Amino acid sequence: MNTTRDLAIETHHLSRRFGEKLAVADLSIAVKRGEVFGFLGPNGAGKTTSLKMLLGLIEPTSGKGTLLGKPIGDRAARAKVGFLPEHFRFQDWLTGRELLRFHGRLYGLSGSALDAKADALLTRMALQEAADRPIKGYSKGMTQRVGLAQAILNDPDIIFLDEPTSGLDPLGRLLVRDVIHELRAGGTSVFLNSHLLGEVEATCDRVVFVKQGRVVHELDMAATPSGLEVELRVHGTSDAALAAHGTVLSHADGVATVRVASEEQLPLLAAALVQSGARLYAMKPHKRSLEDTFLAVMGEDQRPG
Amino acid sequence: MIRDVLVILHITLHEAARKRVLVATLIGAAAFLLLYGIGFHFVAQKVAADSGLTVVRQRLFLNFLTLAGLYVSHFLSIMTAVLLPVDTLSGDIASGVVQTVATKPVGRSSIVIGKWLAFSLVAVAYYMLVALGVLAIGYVRGHFVPPGLTIALPLMALEAVVFVSISIAGGARLATVTNGVLVFALYGLAFIGSWVEQIGTMAGNASARTLGTAVSLLMPTEALYQRAAYFMQPSIMRDLHMTPFATASLPSPAMVWWAVAYALVALALGVHALRKRAL
Repeated sequence: MNTTRDLAIETHHLSRRFGEKLAVADLSIAVKRGEVFGFLGPNGAGKTTSLKMLLGLIEPTSGKGTLLGKPIGDRAARAKVGFLPEHFRFQDWLTGRELLRFHGRLYGLSGSALDAKADALLTRMALQEAADRPIKGYSKGMTQRVGLAQAILNDPDIIFLDEPTSGLDPLGRLLVRDVIHELRAGGTSVFLNSHLLGEVEATCDRVVFVKQGRVVHELDMAATPSGLEVELRVHGTSDAALAAHGTVLSHADGVATVRVASEEQLPLLAAALVQSGARLYAMKPHKRSLEDTFLAVMGEDQRPG
Repeated sequence: MIRDVLVILHITLHEAARKRVLVATLIGAAAFLLLYGIGFHFVAQKVAADSGLTVVRQRLFLNFLTLAGLYVSHFLSIMTAVLLPVDTLSGDIASGVVQTVATKPVGRSSIVIGKWLAFSLVAVAYYMLVALGVLAIGYVRGHFVPPGLTIALPLMALEAVVFVSISIAGGARLATVTNGVLVFALYGLAFIGSWVEQIGTMAGNASARTLGTAVSLLMPTEALYQRAAYFMQPSIMRDLHMTPFATASLPSPAMVWWAVAYALVALALGVHALRKRAL
């Protein structure tokens, strides 16, 4: 069982109402220190409101929570928090370097230590050539990268990333993914709010699915079985024969579902069945993706289009 | 706290210097000073050449003209004090700029106070620039300096600070346009209230005077100008009501302290509003 000391975020029944509208109904989550935590849900699920409550930008209507062991909104805790909003806006008349210096001073950094940190981050984000140009001339990807730099200026213990890869090209996404891995390796907790389920799948240790301001499902990505499932239409075989190649998940009426270790097992399984005299009519392999889980949890009505 | 305020002050001064409103008001001030300088030159030339005018009447002409110039400089400084900061909070809130600032280890009070200090400095500097321009023209062309400047100039600077305070406090709660309309409505209220008080006093109507005083309590800025104008005129101009700037009802020193308190209360309300505001 996790104690508050092990947790970067802990909330109990947080809710937020805007007039008649209940944006977040009952948010209870626990994010461990050093884990990458995915926060998923359809539009209007209360994700951004939840995130803003955790950051102290919005006061909860009810409930309570802690951030790094301190009450939500605590100023000392904020010194160890980084935040990249979804629509990162700032004083675009500043240069990238000036922006980082400004935000560094807000974190209490100054002098040569701040300059060195800003230089290092501009280099890390591949912005050194644009460092002294006004940000209003930056592309969307460059803007997002300088935003990410301001969020990690303070070597945060926890960072909140709201759609950090939206609008980025593949190289930009890769950079963000690398930064997330570096942060986790350094012990930083990452709270990731993203619609890009592939990104979440590639980076998160654990995800929760939020619907109407409540956590409706939780998924431990590390504990999620690896491999892929294959559906077989086959007659004249037994569970034991199928089990020699994987885990039999179901088998009835000539339809079996078997989880195999990898795609390479598929021809071996087919050959073994045919050699044993079984009549194999069809094989349909499929990997259950996070998207499948998302649709299963949220319902088909959440499918785009 | 002080360090945070200074960081916000620094970035806001940077922001103010870039604003087109400041450039526009500076161009407006330059155009006004040019026009005023030319006008003053011709008036001073005529007054000096008119042998029929006594020295006293010459001084009264120049005093009237200087007061008119200072009235315009006070009006320009009010516009600057309202328009420069009108979107500094509401704009940052609407665009989301404030989110990355407010999630740093900085109190929301530091954000409001830092911006207030920066725009107060800019508004007062702007006012002093234009007012000293008017006074310089009077001194150079007419060898004239009105009396009571050490009292009057700080009063008018305080007026600018009151407008900055309201503009910033409103921005913590209201959208930019709503805030601007509200602050100018308050200016209009103060203007008409003050004139009702002055004219009511001249006409001997106690009700009009009381109404004007009540409006000045609601918005004390024009009372500050009336008090400043009183000290910048010789007694003969005041007593004979020779110009529109003659003060029939002198606002009391308590009104000055009320204006100081008013600015501080507005600032405190701005801090409170931003603290409560969902960002």
